[in-house]
Amino acid sequence: MRKLVIAISMLAFAGSAAFADPILDRQALMKERGKIVGGLSKVAKGEEPFDATAVLTQLQALQANAEKFDVDALFPKGSDTGDTTAGPKIWEDMAGFKATGDKYLADVKAAVAAAPADVDALKAQVGAMGSDCGTCHQGYRIKKS
Amino acid sequence: MAWLKKLVGAALILGGAGAAAGWLLSAPVKLDAAALAQLGPGDATKGKRIFYAGGCTSCHAKPGSQGDARLQLVGGLQLKTPFGTFVPPNISQDPKDGIGAWSVEDLANAMLKGVSPSGEHFYPAFPYASYARMKPSGIADLYAFLKTLPAVAGKAPANSLGFPFNIRRGIGLWKRLYLSDQPVVALAGGTRDQVVAGRYLVEGPGHCGECHTPRDFAGGTKKSEWLAGAVAAEGSGIVPNITSGGGLANWSEAEIANYLETGFTPDFDSVGGAMVDVQRNMAELTPEDRAAIAAYLKAVPPHPNGYPARKPAAN
Repeated sequence: MRKLVIAISMLAFAGSAAFADPILDRQALMKERGKIVGGLSKVAKGEEPFDATAVLTQLQALQANAEKFDVDALFPKGSDTGDTTAGPKIWEDMAGFKATGDKYLADVKAAVAAAPADVDALKAQVGAMGSDCGTCHQGYRIKKS
Repeated sequence: MAWLKKLVGAALILGGAGAAAGWLLSAPVKLDAAALAQLGPGDATKGKRIFYAGGCTSCHAKPGSQGDARLQLVGGLQLKTPFGTFVPPNISQDPKDGIGAWSVEDLANAMLKGVSPSGEHFYPAFPYASYARMKPSGIADLYAFLKTLPAVAGKAPANSLGFPFNIRRGIGLWKRLYLSDQPVVALAGGTRDQVVAGRYLVEGPGHCGECHTPRDFAGGTKKSEWLAGAVAAEGSGIVPNITSGGGLANWSEAEIANYLETGFTPDFDSVGGAMVDVQRNMAELTPEDRAAIAAYLKAVPPHPNGYPARKPAAN
């Protein structure tokens, strides 16, 4: 029985390694990130009521999402072709690409650490994150039709 | 053989006449006295709005500048295009390396006519084909604001262009085809003031059409596909269709204005590419100006995408 479990888990591991598509994985993470930021942004703009607990939960979700963003695993060499808008500069300047991600993660962590007590505090935090989004998408993403 | 001599003579005369006509037609033309009289005194506060609407800092700040460094207009960005590499120059107030010694008339001739103080053509990578639609008083306002910015020494490298694009005089002919102070989109009488105000910002200082409109073989924007999106003239990828014939069809005016303010699309993707700097400039405008831009974009005639559809991904 134990052997079977080990065999199955090894198979599952091999399968995930063989079939994982880094392009789909990173797109899924970015989609999730956009959705969370979208929810926070609605609160920041006053379209939805400010609830400190709910906001903190969302910020924590954002941090978990950012921590899952493992650049080495998600952007292996060769994943610049196919159905992707990842720009070639990612691989030309991997250090710079990682630095923009680190800056974003630091800003998200700072927001969680200083849990916003009101809309204005949240607004400033969302603004900083939004600027990080732009900085990375400015150089490392290419718009395609 | 007399006929051959005659033929050669005629060809020489025709060729000479053609060259002379080309020379005359390509001459730089400065603003006339009537236009210069409309400059007025200039107001730096109003000029700040023009500065951000015009996106001066996107090309003329040192590449990658953030915060106040974006007001140091030292130039040096490299715009890589099929014609060659254009390098925006130093337009800081440095009298030697920048434009600190320019008069307001010099700035007006540069922006509205694409002519330098020494009487040479500028290349239209400097988007005077759009700025030509601006009011002279707006140039005077911008001049007053530029005077408040720092002088920064240092010359940017020269352009690096291939033949025949390295012949400046030829731009005079290009201007005859593409330089006009008239609006692109005709608006019927009774159109909302907001749309008219947006047209001024988009077609004039905002120079949105320079990237968002496809270009013809001579590098002029195709007015019949105005804002339909294009293969990027500089760098790689595409620039999106911003008429209602493309992705913008599903955006409300409020969503367009919000994108220009925050950089977030309605589905919370973020601004990217060269638009990042543009959006940072747009965020400096008033909510009224952003709303006007949005109103105009929704009023522009819809076009299908001005770039080819993506090929299916190769597997």
